[in-house]
Amino acid sequence: MTELIRFTAAETAGAIAKGEVSAVEVAQAHLDRIEAVDKKVNAFLHVDTEGALAAARAVDEKRAKGEELGPLAGVPLALKDVFTTKGIPTTCGSKMLEGWIPPYDATLTTRLKDAGVVILGKTNMDEFAMGSSTENSAYGPTGNPWDLTRIPGGSGGGSAAALAAFEAPLAIGTDTGGSIRQPGAVTGTVGVKPTYGSVSRYGLVAFSSSLDQGGPCARTVLDAALLHEAIAGHDPLDSTSIDAPVPAVVEAAKMRDVRGMRIGVVKEFAGEGYQTGVMQRFDESVELLRELGAEVVEVSCPSFTLALPAYYLIAPSECSSNLARFDAMRYGLRVGDDGSRSAEEVTALTREAGFGDEVKRRIILGTYALSSGYYDAYYGSAQKVRTLISRDFDSAFAGVDVLVSPTTPTTAFPIGERADDPMAMYLADLCTIPSNLAGNAAMSLPVGLAPEDNLPVGLQIIAPAMADDRLYRVGGAVEAALNDKWGHTLLEEVPAL
Amino acid sequence: MPGITREEVAHLARLSRLELKPEELDHFAEQLDVIIGAVARVSEVAGQDVPPTSHPLPLTNVMRADEVRPSLTPEQALSGAPAAEEQRFRVPQILGED
Repeated sequence: MTELIRFTAAETAGAIAKGEVSAVEVAQAHLDRIEAVDKKVNAFLHVDTEGALAAARAVDEKRAKGEELGPLAGVPLALKDVFTTKGIPTTCGSKMLEGWIPPYDATLTTRLKDAGVVILGKTNMDEFAMGSSTENSAYGPTGNPWDLTRIPGGSGGGSAAALAAFEAPLAIGTDTGGSIRQPGAVTGTVGVKPTYGSVSRYGLVAFSSSLDQGGPCARTVLDAALLHEAIAGHDPLDSTSIDAPVPAVVEAAKMRDVRGMRIGVVKEFAGEGYQTGVMQRFDESVELLRELGAEVVEVSCPSFTLALPAYYLIAPSECSSNLARFDAMRYGLRVGDDGSRSAEEVTALTREAGFGDEVKRRIILGTYALSSGYYDAYYGSAQKVRTLISRDFDSAFAGVDVLVSPTTPTTAFPIGERADDPMAMYLADLCTIPSNLAGNAAMSLPVGLAPEDNLPVGLQIIAPAMADDRLYRVGGAVEAALNDKWGHTLLEEVPAL
Repeated sequence: MPGITREEVAHLARLSRLELKPEELDHFAEQLDVIIGAVARVSEVAGQDVPPTSHPLPLTNVMRADEVRPSLTPEQALSGAPAAEEQRFRVPQILGED
């Protein structure tokens, strides 16, 4: 039964559909695994044993009645604790929402349930998705299954760690500046930020509304594609949802052929600050793409060097506005209401008690950037940079089909190393941020271990908006070639927990 | 670009409804000064004639049909309230005594 936790999502769904195993057995195997290892990993904030088993039973009953099952029916999934789940706690990794039970499901949650996906529980994250290490969670850090003393990335460190620890074959993340891709890179898993607007944000607790995007996390490119198809598509409940067909990502993941594709290497993502072993694996991946028949050229995107500064003005500005909703009046924490204090005083005391340091820093930074007198120099300029970055992407994509870079400048760093050095932490998202600012699609794919520390390295693939299928075409081909070369998948090298 | 002072951080915290402790003010002022020093580079483009982008999608006024749909019951809407009374959110006083 232990082998069930090593199945891919596609294999799991296939075995359930054929009756080789029941969905309940699959769910139980994963719940047992969580029980056995999650004290060490801390990937989950809440495990919904009853709900998971009930959802699995429903799949088994459907099959028994001869009804058709979807491509992910009965497959377990770990859901980032930033999507609302009716009747199940949703904390966003914050004390502010401790004990909050949402009265409604996010659209993404509904879609997962409709697909017969078995939601095992809610995963740990940096508070309100602000961070790159999951250390900003109010509920303690998550360990990286490759080395529990190191960070699993963030903000979706719990989702990525759950995959690498074989606690779930699928997970959901959200990517505002790299929070799906960077955890994917440092845990040796696949993470995709779909085109902005392709996965509904209804019921996704907002951090930076013009950047936030939910997306799939998985152990294989095909599994990510299957999950992508299940969650993407127009939603009238999200006014920024794109009303267009979802690109054929599953078909693209199965192609395993990059012959004739034009691939651009982003010149700006190299040099000082990039770990030697990361660049080594990246350079090998570029060479591999060439061997597989792609045409590789170097591309310059000069404005990308301003992406990080622009992001740390835009995201905090939107955050300072979005998080104003946590006012201690309608839901969540309320402290200091002793009958004599005013509502305003109670709000200020509650926000002081309920928010962690990074959230407070960003609220203050955003309030500063939006202040009269600074608005033009900071927020206004950041918006201009955003235009310049989109123009750089447009000219690059005029000549190439996809862009590639390392996902992160370094492998997973030790827990605590950057915890009180915000600028050092922000650098983890150097290569991932431009895609959020432009709203296009990007994937991180494991391409080996860095020789100096034996930790996973991610290859980032970037495609134009609504050309998400190209990510899967390139990712699927690279993954297949590497698995052939290694004779196994990278995650088979994760140490036993 | 000027940096940020402890007094400015205290003012911004008041605007943001954050009752920061004195030691937090010291610490955040120092850290925010470093962060603002780093992000101020964006002002390199301040003088350039470039239109601003506020959002990746060129959408305006997305409307839906004005139809009655199922919604939360009062009990559901109040289920997370720190305090409720007579189907309403109960809040601390918002006006002075006099």
